[in-house]
Amino acid sequence: MSEASLSVRAIVIGASAGAIETLIQLLQPLPSSYRVPIIIVCHLPASEGDNMLSIVLARHCQLQVKEACERETLCSGTIYIAPPSYHLLLEKDLTLALSLDDKVLCCRPSIDVLFMSAADALEEELLGILLTGANADGADGLVAIKQRGGQVFVQDPVTATVDVMPRAALMALKKSHLSADAVENTQGLTRRLLSQL
Amino acid sequence: MKSAPLNAHRSIDDIEIELFIAAVHQKYEYDFSRYAKASLKRRILSLTEAHKLAHISELIPLLLYDDDFISEILGYLSVQVSEMFRDPHVFKKLREIIVPMLATYPQINIWLAGCANGEEAYSLAILLKEEKLLERSNIYATDISHKALDIAREGIYSADNLECFERNYQLAGGSGAFSDYYVSKYNYIHLHPELKKNIFFTDHNLACDGVFCEANLVMCRNVMIYFDKELKNRCLSLFTDSLVPGGYLCIGTKEDISFTTAESHYKALTQHERLFQKRF
Ligand SMILES: C[S@@+](CC[C@H](N)C(=O)[O-])C[C@H]1O[C@@H](n2cnc3c(N)ncnc32)[C@H](O)[C@@H]1O
Repeated sequence: MSEASLSVRAIVIGASAGAIETLIQLLQPLPSSYRVPIIIVCHLPASEGDNMLSIVLARHCQLQVKEACERETLCSGTIYIAPPSYHLLLEKDLTLALSLDDKVLCCRPSIDVLFMSAADALEEELLGILLTGANADGADGLVAIKQRGGQVFVQDPVTATVDVMPRAALMALKKSHLSADAVENTQGLTRRLLSQL
Repeated sequence: MKSAPLNAHRSIDDIEIELFIAAVHQKYEYDFSRYAKASLKRRILSLTEAHKLAHISELIPLLLYDDDFISEILGYLSVQVSEMFRDPHVFKKLREIIVPMLATYPQINIWLAGCANGEEAYSLAILLKEEKLLERSNIYATDISHKALDIAREGIYSADNLECFERNYQLAGGSGAFSDYYVSKYNYIHLHPELKKNIFFTDHNLACDGVFCEANLVMCRNVMIYFDKELKNRCLSLFTDSLVPGGYLCIGTKEDISFTTAESHYKALTQHERLFQKRF
C-alpha cells in the first residue's frame, strides 16, 4: 500500500454509455463506513429534473447516495451525483459548485470539467476513475489529475460495455507520457478501492 | 540567496487569476473577485487559450491597453446560456399559483435578474399575455452583459432550438401554440414586437449596483450559482429589499436559500420549483 493512497481525500468517477450497471458493480461492495467521498459525473438524458442515477444507485449501494447540491461540503460515506444538465465542479474548500457553462465535447455535465477542477483542488490527494463510455470525455481530465500528482484508474477496455472512453483515456495518458495506476475490470478496481483506501 | 515562495501551496495560475481580476476591477467597474473560483478559472483559461497566450497574466496588457478587449472578456467570463421556458414545470407553477396572486395588484412589477439573451423575459411576457395581465405588467430584465442585452432587445433566436422551445411551451401549460408568437425568417424566429412593449432590458450589476425597483416578483435563476456565498447573500438581500411584503421569489431549480441570511425572510411555496414568498 503506497503512502499516497492513504491521503486520498476524494474519488471522482466518470462514466457514460453502459454506466449504470458498471457503477453498481463497482460501488455496491463499498461499506457504509467507507471514508472517502465519491463524486460521479455520468452522461444520461436529462429526465425532467429527476436524477434517475441517484435513485438507482441508492437502491443498490450501502453508501449514502445523493444528487450534488451547490455549495455542499463533501462528507465521508457519501456518493454525490452531478444533476442532469449542469456541470459539477469541486472548489478548493471542498465544496461542490454547479455551472451552466457551455457543453464540453458536447457534454453537460462534463467529466473533464469535474476532473480538472478536482485536480486543481486536491492535487495528489485525488483519485480519478474512468469507466465505460462512447466518447472521449474524461481523457483530458485524467491527464490533468496525473499531472497534478493524483492517481488514476481506468476500466480495462476489454471488459467495458463500451470501450471508446477508456481507450481514449489510455491513449491520452500515453501521449502525455503518463500511465494509469490501474487498468482492470470492475472487480479489480473495487478490490483496490477496498484495500487501499 | 534564492527566496522560497511565500505560499508554495498556491499555484501560479491562481496568483495570475487574482491579478487579472484586480486589473479588470481597477480599470472597469466589473468585480469578479467574489465569483465561484473553479468555473471562473475555466473561463479565464479558455480566454487565454483563444488568444494563444501561454499565461493568464498576458491578458493583463491586452486589458490595459486595448479598450475594446473588455467586451470580449465579459463574453467569456459570464456565460449566457438560456432557453425559452427553461424548466417548464417552473413556469407551470408560476402560472398556477403566482399569477392569480399577481392579478390582484393594479400594476405588476417583475424584476428578472440575469436575463441573459432574453428568452426568460419573453417566456414571462407570453405567459402574462395568455393570462391577460401583460398590459399592466412591467418586466425589468437586467444583466451585466451589454452584448446579451442587445440580443435580448432584438428578440430574434435561432430556429435550431425551436423543437425544444415548443416542447417547453407545452409543458409550461401554454394555452395556445408557441407558433402564435413568432414569424420565421430563414433559420431564425422573430418574436412578435408586441411582446416587447412591457419589457425593459437594462444594464445592472448584481455585484455592485443597488436595488432596482419595487417588485411583486423577482426571478433570478442560475446566476447566483456563479457567486461565492458572500455575493449570493448580497444578491438575496437586494431581492428582499426590492420585493413588496408578500412578494414572490423564484430561483434556479438547483439553487437554495437555506443557510443564507435571507432564509428567515421567506416562506417556501413549492420546493421542487424553488418558489418562495416574502413574509409580510
Ligand atoms: C446562465 S445565465 C442564466 C440565464 C437565465 N436566467 C436562465 O436561467 O436561463 C447567467 C446570466 O447571469 C449574468 N450575470 C453574471 N454575473 C452577473 C452580475 N454580476 N450581475 C448581473 N448579471 C450577471 C450573465 O451575464 C448571464 O447572462
